[in-house]
Amino acid sequence: MEHTEELVLNIEDLVIHYVLEEETVQAVNGIDIKLGKGKILGLVGETGAGKTTAALSALRLVPDPPGVIKSGKILVAGHDIMKLTPGELEKVRGKDVSMIFQDPMTSLNPVYTVGEQIAESIELHENVTKQEAYDKAEEMLELVGIPAYRSTEYPHQFSGGMKQRVVIAIALACNPRLLIADEPTTALDVTIQAQVLELMKDLIRTYHTSVVMITHDLGIVAETCDQVAVMYAGRIVEEGTLEAVFEETMHPYTEGLFNSLPNINKRTEELKPIPGLMPDPTDLPEGCSFAPRCPYATDDCAREVPELKDMGNGHKVACGNYKNPDFTIERRKKR
Amino acid sequence: MYRYVIKRLLMLIPVIIGISFLVYFVIDLAPGDIISQIAPEDATIEEIQELREEYGFNKPILVRYGEYMAGMLHGDLGTSYITGEPVFQSYMKRLPNTLMLAFASIFVSVMISIPLGILSAVHQGTWRDNITMVVALLGLSMPNFWLGLLLIILFSLNLGLLPSGGYGTFAHIILPAITVGTGLTAMLTRTTRSSMLDVIRQDYLRTARSKGVPEKKVINKHALKNALIPIITVVGTQLASCLGGAIITETVFSWPGVGRLILDSVNSRDIPMVTGCIIMKTITISVILLCVDLLYAVVDPRIKAQYATRGGKAHGR
Amino acid sequence: MADDRMLVSKKYKRRSQGAEIWRRMRKNKGAMLGLALVILIVLTAVFSGVFLDYETDVIGQNISQRLQHPSLAHPMGTDDVGRDVLSRLLYGSRYSLSVGVVAVMIALACGVTLGSIAGFFGGKTEEVIMRASDMLAAVPSILMAIAIVSALGQSTLNLMVAVGITSVPEFVRITRAAVLTVRNQEYIEASRSIGLSEFKIIWSHVLPNCLSPIIVQTTLRVASAIISASSLSFLGLGVPSPDPEWGSMLSAGRKFIRGYGYLTLFPGLAIMVTVLSLNLLGDGLRDALDPKLKK
Repeated sequence: MEHTEELVLNIEDLVIHYVLEEETVQAVNGIDIKLGKGKILGLVGETGAGKTTAALSALRLVPDPPGVIKSGKILVAGHDIMKLTPGELEKVRGKDVSMIFQDPMTSLNPVYTVGEQIAESIELHENVTKQEAYDKAEEMLELVGIPAYRSTEYPHQFSGGMKQRVVIAIALACNPRLLIADEPTTALDVTIQAQVLELMKDLIRTYHTSVVMITHDLGIVAETCDQVAVMYAGRIVEEGTLEAVFEETMHPYTEGLFNSLPNINKRTEELKPIPGLMPDPTDLPEGCSFAPRCPYATDDCAREVPELKDMGNGHKVACGNYKNPDFTIERRKKR
Repeated sequence: MYRYVIKRLLMLIPVIIGISFLVYFVIDLAPGDIISQIAPEDATIEEIQELREEYGFNKPILVRYGEYMAGMLHGDLGTSYITGEPVFQSYMKRLPNTLMLAFASIFVSVMISIPLGILSAVHQGTWRDNITMVVALLGLSMPNFWLGLLLIILFSLNLGLLPSGGYGTFAHIILPAITVGTGLTAMLTRTTRSSMLDVIRQDYLRTARSKGVPEKKVINKHALKNALIPIITVVGTQLASCLGGAIITETVFSWPGVGRLILDSVNSRDIPMVTGCIIMKTITISVILLCVDLLYAVVDPRIKAQYATRGGKAHGR
Repeated sequence: MADDRMLVSKKYKRRSQGAEIWRRMRKNKGAMLGLALVILIVLTAVFSGVFLDYETDVIGQNISQRLQHPSLAHPMGTDDVGRDVLSRLLYGSRYSLSVGVVAVMIALACGVTLGSIAGFFGGKTEEVIMRASDMLAAVPSILMAIAIVSALGQSTLNLMVAVGITSVPEFVRITRAAVLTVRNQEYIEASRSIGLSEFKIIWSHVLPNCLSPIIVQTTLRVASAIISASSLSFLGLGVPSPDPEWGSMLSAGRKFIRGYGYLTLFPGLAIMVTVLSLNLLGDGLRDALDPKLKK
């Protein structure tokens, strides 16, 4: 899609396992991600699909033990994350890439003020005095919609939504090239969700930050993202531009996701959940991981893992059925 | 917040009254007639009766207690049967020695335990952790009088390096401080480790790392401050009990502290001294525990908030 | 249908819960060592009375043999009146263990009762009980024990009472805390709604769930009771001589510390090993009983 040199995030063939006492969780099974400047990628999938693990690896924050990055290349803003020394890694974190985590209630340190926590990031990466860092921190607070005088307050004095804003302020304080947002609004009330999303969109646009937006909510993807990658059982099964994936859906799993959404216009229709459960990541089936639940599965599907194939214009899908050039899924047929 | 402090200070008073009541009555109820025990061998009945009057034992107990309490308000805790000295003064004379031993022991303990506990927690499960925990457990399981005696055998008798008892020079405090300090260190190391382990798995540490905070700072700044509450509790209780006099250690090393005073006075049935000392010791402990509670507020802003709003007590340590 | 399934799985669960706890304990080498040592010491205490005769072996004086260093005949030497240290040591286990166990039983009975009443009924009752318990806890335990023994007189029984009383506040605190966490659970509300009496609720539902911290605490308190008891004996306020309580043996040996260090070494070692094994066991129990391990 983009020239390799300009990519803010370049992941190739990433495989991550969690090695536990009695079993091994195959969390991520060979994914590629290429993200250009100023673009927003929506990483979609159910809980357990491996999205968070993949994202954590970009900052080398996968807990080790038990997590092991078995193979793959991870390049963030040109830095090879796996080859950096701890000192270099610390310079990259927070400055070139930063992360927003899912649960704002536990993401902030309860014994330091929010001002201090934002300022810490600035002090680490920018060449400024303590006072200047603190002033900038107050600016960031204002930017996320919190009055500057509250910088001396502690996290427990803020509501969930406001805590998340502080987290956003921390993440964007040093103007990182890449922001990884792991379900940033999932833990918030619906009305607050919308506010926080708006705020994020504004800031991202202003700073031209590239974003990996991890979510299971297709609505959020539709609102914010340029590109989409759908993950299932540790692999990417479909990826492309927002329009491509939403309007010209190809993978049966993606179709299933769309079908699971209740349609307000067709209220008498039954909900169509995807039957079955995601496979046990310690015991993945041979062949396509989705085959056991897939309405289009053939015998071949259970035999070999389908490759992610480019079907034109960068829209890729990993489904054995597409070897047959006439194959389309139901959703496409309706058009 | 100030209201909370005042309220806690005021609450000390009923505690002190309660303790002195408890101690006074328990000791008074001791079987055996005190007067006939301390009277000279050949005393006649009349002389014993006179003694009884002189010491006020002919008055009902509540009256005696009342007089005692009144005296306490003036800093008068009675007079020793044995030495004739005022109890309060005798206590105060010995207190500095106990203070010295207490602070020396606590200082050594804190200097060793906290880094060791952090090390253990960060390297949980490795040989560093296991060895530390085994040694700590050994330290806890050793009776401290035995340790003291062993140290004497080794350093005084065999190596001749350090004095086996008494008081005066810096060398005199070393063995007693080690003896007391070992038990303290063992306990505090375990507490530090356990508290750090709780904190180490917290999300906000991950946030700190994602900001690029160096690992050392993540542990020593972000994690440690959150782990302090149980650590402060233990140091506080240890300090309080040391300040009350390390009875056993003082006995082994003939250290002229408050603990020995209490023991001697119990053995010689010097009632006013025993009563007075126990009360003083308990007051000291209560004050220290109050300071510990207040220290919590300094360390953890959430507790400070609790104190400020409720103005009430934090129970359930 | 659902009830049958619940009944069956409860039965399985209970059996496998015990097995699960045992499995976890077995993995903990320290705990297993502690358990083995504790069993060994208990056996020593029980059977020493069989193999050793009190009059001759334990307190019988033999001046001609006094103060002999450890040898084949007397593996731990003899004391100042010629008694074999090893025999006294083995017999002495009875005192330490019995004092430790009885003292803790006393503390357990009082503490758990008071703690569960306080935790369950709350309100004024809880206030009163906790204040009293705090006051008792404020007096340093050694002092309290010394005071009690001085007041009541020196004897083994009084020692047990003294040490027992000083351990009460800890049990009250733990039981109350455990009861507090359990009492607000919904299944208590459910039990009440089907008409169970308060007492039955405490007995059948609340207490079993508080068992873990109480079991752990009991084990650890026996360890500290043994240290307290031997401390008091060391000060001359514990088990009266000539009974070979380890603390008193240490105290006696102190006079001969110059040159006869073995008199100090062995009794203390006995105390340490006993206490260590109990601590190991208690720690192991705590780790095995608490599923939310810090692993």
